[in-house]
Amino acid sequence: MNEQITASTRWQDEVFDLLRRHGVTQFAYVPDAGHTILIDRSLADPDVYAIALTTEEEGVALIAGADLGGARGVLLMQSSGVGNCINMLSLINAGRFPFLALVTMRGDFGEGNPWQYTMGQAVVPVLQAVGVTCLRADTPAEALAAVSAAVTMVFQAGQAVAVLFTQKLLGAKRF
Amino acid sequence: MSSSANDLSASDAPIFELDRCEALPALIGRHEDFLIVAGLAGTARDIAALTENAPHGFTMGGAMGGACMIGLGLALARRDRRVLVVTGDGELLMNVGALATIALMNPPNLSIICVDNGHYGETGYQKSHTSLCTDLEKMASGAGIKLTRTVQRATDIPSGAQFLRAGNGTVFVLLRVNTGEPPVYKRIWDPAVNRAQFRLGLLGK
Repeated sequence: MNEQITASTRWQDEVFDLLRRHGVTQFAYVPDAGHTILIDRSLADPDVYAIALTTEEEGVALIAGADLGGARGVLLMQSSGVGNCINMLSLINAGRFPFLALVTMRGDFGEGNPWQYTMGQAVVPVLQAVGVTCLRADTPAEALAAVSAAVTMVFQAGQAVAVLFTQKLLGAKRF
Repeated sequence: MSSSANDLSASDAPIFELDRCEALPALIGRHEDFLIVAGLAGTARDIAALTENAPHGFTMGGAMGGACMIGLGLALARRDRRVLVVTGDGELLMNVGALATIALMNPPNLSIICVDNGHYGETGYQKSHTSLCTDLEKMASGAGIKLTRTVQRATDIPSGAQFLRAGNGTVFVLLRVNTGEPPVYKRIWDPAVNRAQFRLGLLGK
């Protein structure tokens, strides 16, 4: 994990605490530098499951299963992982499962890796096409507000929501 | 128990002869003991018919590759209940990495049956990798699941049924069957209806 996080990261502790206050107990993730704090906090919390996935679509199905059992989950992934989820999101959409994803963006503001642009730029149209509402966060204050809004939309209104943590917020990876 | 499928003339070649309509219910036993997640196509029909669309079953009709992970999420959510995933060889092959994720979490209340007929029945019985070269019990074992077994003869079923319910860790049973059709049964097609029914039965909401 040699990515340099240039923005303040304290807001991610607040995001974790917010998710815990709202009863999220399954944290599914594919390793990602931008989600380090959330992943480490979930691994350190004895009252939650931190579930390391081999591919992001596993997390989509996992969260549906958690809901069948009355538990709440969140999927932590990078924008490239969104592409791995698309067909599995038909389970969420057709089944009207609540679904919350936190997505660290690549392939936008200041990106230096050309491989990241295709999926990074496709995240919003692709997610919208399969019924997932996207909320974008460019600052720590926006991030916390967006996750707070998303929690209500997902766990109260039963919606599918992805919060996008942009590279303005996270800082672009240095090459 | 495991066998190499690379050389079909070998004495340990896989045996695809059991009838799924008899072997699967015999292997599961009292289905009410489980919360059941079934994959799409054949296994969805198997489980819908076995449970008569009862609320303790969730059967898929798409999102291929999701059954095992739905089962994991459910098993972690309900440690007080035994969760059974019934998937097929084609569905499992589509997301076989899930076996590694499940091995890592290793919930003791999760059992997986892969009904392996070596074919994609729903799309016209094209051969799948498991009738050509792939052994899914070995893949489950290689993924790190400690409790794995292959059931491919009638005499394997009674001990297989016990094995399925044992468990200080996740259990994986590969059930090899012939290409006979799964039962014909009018199952719940709408996953939102199935979700609502499942949650009402389990959670009362």
